Amino acid sequence: MFHDKAGYFFELFIGGLTKGSIYALIALGYTMVYGIIELINFAHGEIYMIGAFTALITAAALTAFGVTHPLVLVSVSGITAVVYASAYGYTLEKVAYKPLRNAPRLSPLISAIGMSIFLQNFVLLAQTSNYIPFPNLIPPLPFLEPVSHIMGTVDFIILCTTAVIMILLTFLIRKTRIGTAMRATAQDKTMARLLGIDVDRIISFTFITGSALAAVGGVMVGSKMGQINFYIGFIAGIKAFTAAVLGGIGSIPGAVLGGLILGWTESFGTGYLTSDYEDVFAFSLLVLILIFKPSGLLGRNTTPKV
Amino acid sequence: MNPILNVRQLTMDFGGIRALARLDLTVNHGEIAALIGPNGAGKTTFFNCVTGLYVPTSGDVFIHATPEKSVRINGMKPHRVTRAGLSRTFQNIRLFKEMTALENVMIGRHCRTHAGIFGAFFRNRATRDEEQRIIHDSYRLLEIVGLEDQVNFRALNLPYGDQRKLEIARALAAEPRLLLLDEPAAGMNSQETRDLTSLILKIRDEFNIAILLIEHDMKLVMTLSERIFVMDYGRKIAEGTPEDIRTNPDVIRAYLGEDSHA
Amino acid sequence: MIDTLLKSLRTALWFMFLTFPILAVRIDSLKNAVTVRWPAVIILGAVIFLISVLWHTAGLVKRSWFFRFDGFKQFIQRLPDQDALSPFMIRTTLGAAAVFMISLPFFASSYQTNVMINALLYVMLGLGLNIVVGLAGLLDLGYVAFYAVGAYLYALLNLHLGIGFWIALPMGAALAAFFGILLGIPVLRLKGDYLAIVTLGFGEIIRLILENWDRVFKGPSGISHISRPSLFGIGIMESSVHHAIIYMYYIVVVLVLSTFFFVSRLKHSRIGRALLALKEDEIACQAMGIDKMKTKLTAFALGATWAGMAGVIFAAKTTFINPASFTFMESAIILSIVVIGGMGSIPGVVLGAFFLVLLPEYFRELGDYRMLVFGGAMILVMVFKPRGLLENTKPTVTYVSQQTGPDTP
Repeated sequence: MFHDKAGYFFELFIGGLTKGSIYALIALGYTMVYGIIELINFAHGEIYMIGAFTALITAAALTAFGVTHPLVLVSVSGITAVVYASAYGYTLEKVAYKPLRNAPRLSPLISAIGMSIFLQNFVLLAQTSNYIPFPNLIPPLPFLEPVSHIMGTVDFIILCTTAVIMILLTFLIRKTRIGTAMRATAQDKTMARLLGIDVDRIISFTFITGSALAAVGGVMVGSKMGQINFYIGFIAGIKAFTAAVLGGIGSIPGAVLGGLILGWTESFGTGYLTSDYEDVFAFSLLVLILIFKPSGLLGRNTTPKV
Repeated sequence: MNPILNVRQLTMDFGGIRALARLDLTVNHGEIAALIGPNGAGKTTFFNCVTGLYVPTSGDVFIHATPEKSVRINGMKPHRVTRAGLSRTFQNIRLFKEMTALENVMIGRHCRTHAGIFGAFFRNRATRDEEQRIIHDSYRLLEIVGLEDQVNFRALNLPYGDQRKLEIARALAAEPRLLLLDEPAAGMNSQETRDLTSLILKIRDEFNIAILLIEHDMKLVMTLSERIFVMDYGRKIAEGTPEDIRTNPDVIRAYLGEDSHA
Repeated sequence: MIDTLLKSLRTALWFMFLTFPILAVRIDSLKNAVTVRWPAVIILGAVIFLISVLWHTAGLVKRSWFFRFDGFKQFIQRLPDQDALSPFMIRTTLGAAAVFMISLPFFASSYQTNVMINALLYVMLGLGLNIVVGLAGLLDLGYVAFYAVGAYLYALLNLHLGIGFWIALPMGAALAAFFGILLGIPVLRLKGDYLAIVTLGFGEIIRLILENWDRVFKGPSGISHISRPSLFGIGIMESSVHHAIIYMYYIVVVLVLSTFFFVSRLKHSRIGRALLALKEDEIACQAMGIDKMKTKLTAFALGATWAGMAGVIFAAKTTFINPASFTFMESAIILSIVVIGGMGSIPGVVLGAFFLVLLPEYFRELGDYRMLVFGGAMILVMVFKPRGLLENTKPTVTYVSQQTGPDTP
């Protein structure tokens, strides 16, 4: 048994870490898209919400057909969620952003807000406006029993999954051909095109990857919170975007760092101060950091080229 | 000698790279001077430091708008430098592309005019008069650079050479005592360059101001300049009349490379 | 032709696949039962197929006399060019609009009038945000915060001190402007999207404070029984809600007209030009002697001023406010008004406001589908008219040669 005070601290620490990991997963989608086409993909939160819904629906359908093995349930519904979220991300880009590649800067942003409203209402109409209970897909792991008051099974799974995904993503971007092409495109689209990189394909790929990560986040949030509705994407999206900016938008380690800092701020803020102002802590932190470090924690500080 | 710009020991570091090293430079009233040197020598950095876009690491920059008055401008915000009597053009033209030629020049008048929010909303007599004067003065400047027929054209629709001239007109609108031109002849053909040469002379004579220009076109530099400064690797390596510069061995070495024994 | 059909079939199948789980599968979590709604998916597939066929055969459609796609497109593209319309047409249109606006309360129901007040309120908000986004190019996603400042100022003053509408109106404007400057000083150094997210954060902070600081702001349940405006110090309108609405309507019309007047004058002034230039190139602006911070602050404070006034009006109109009226969605809608109308264009803002406020209002028959249509319409407008419905192309000044006399060619 921990000492009470220390135990509480660790509980908040792990809580913040879990929350932060999920913010980081969603923030990665924002930051990758921003890095490549300098667009705040406002509909990204909706992709995450759709990921969660798809997982829920798949799991329910499987259960109705009599599949109850937890491993099968988790993997099938998780994979379906990732596939669907990626498909939505891909289509979203083709429909709402690609035609606006050369438009004034604010136009794709408005189109993104439109898409966000559209997708929210699509889910609202097709499903329901109420919270739907999210099935408990993950059975408790016995070896976590002694520390369950600090770290539950779901927390553990979230942390492990996030860590694995981060490593895979770093590998993808640093070591693979397509990762190199992504970095090249992010730096200079015209030059990348001249070197024979299919920029449209890279952009699609970025949307697909980001959406897949968001779907993973969605499934995990569903499992942790136990319920979802059509509106969860909006709040999570804004928070994750905050995390991305906090870390320095366009920077992948920045998104992770931003997500974790945001998670801890909220967790400790609500734990030690007051729970009413959870979001105020998040946004105040953002405002403070940007005032002192205008391009985010790990963002590049560039001298204007004249 | 009556200096208008006085730069002493100007140094600029970017991270670990020294872009300007203890540069001394003086431009006199009514003089046309040129700053030359190979690419990357630090010429544009020098302009940016002097006009307040960069804050120099150390050194001093003074403007003597009148012989009695001298203003130390290093570290000053760019708009205050302009107000102190220094205005410039840019190497990669930075016009307000969506605005017309006239509007571009009118923006240049901003720092010499005063109408504020109250004037904008209530359009009192003084504001109306000032607006008319701005339009009139701006049109005059467009005439001087020869763009009076394009007065209502949007900047982005002007040919390249005209865009350069428009930038000069806009810079003149701020009533500078010293005009800094960053590669004004870049991208011009020989006829346009000849026109530009006479335009620069005309501007100096008509407005009685000093001009400091960065230029790679040696013919233009040698024809126009009374004095030339040569930079290499952030240092000033030579200074003098076009004749001195033409024969200076350091300059020849800088331009042709260390290894050549020309 | 076969090619087109195959392409369309592929598109239709793709969207059927995409929407399948969410559209077709309905879960009853209590009974643990799943129902599949095949008709919905099939109808959707058919609709997508038709649209896609039409889309791909646009070349054929274009040439048909029936559709006159080209002519329509030309018409749309000619809209922004105000020179193409004769002064007579403009005057007639404006005259008709004026007659319509003035006489509206006489033939419309209270409900209709109220809807119109709402639309006009958004015109005002749009024009205010247009100064910040359209003219100065500063992306503000927390504009609704200033709106809230105005609304709560009036509500609280009215609640505690019994201060009336006409005194609160300038106070709301001033307080919002003050907030604009207060926020502007630290954040206007940030560029582009960083500014956007910080303003968004600020907007959320304000809303959350309103929601959670119960003792002062009454929490989520808000403040009710706010007085409607009085006429010459007499609260005669208290007796009849219908009359109060009509009175409110005329107040809003007058305020919107004066907003028009001020904003269009601002646009064609020295300050307005500096704002427009700032949007295009900050570095060139500074080199031309424009004080970047001061100019940006001016824009921010002016934008906030109008939001503050609109807030006071909103509180007086609804007589009840709560934090739910000041969510980020509200900021997003106001921003959409500016962008859909055409950034920087004043008639554009009016069109944008009517489009975004009246569209959902008059499509109430669509019921729950109206927000779906609304989101879709936003995407469509942007895809087909990325610079907004009424693109801002007119320069602020046109040089007329007679102006200077002799030396003009």
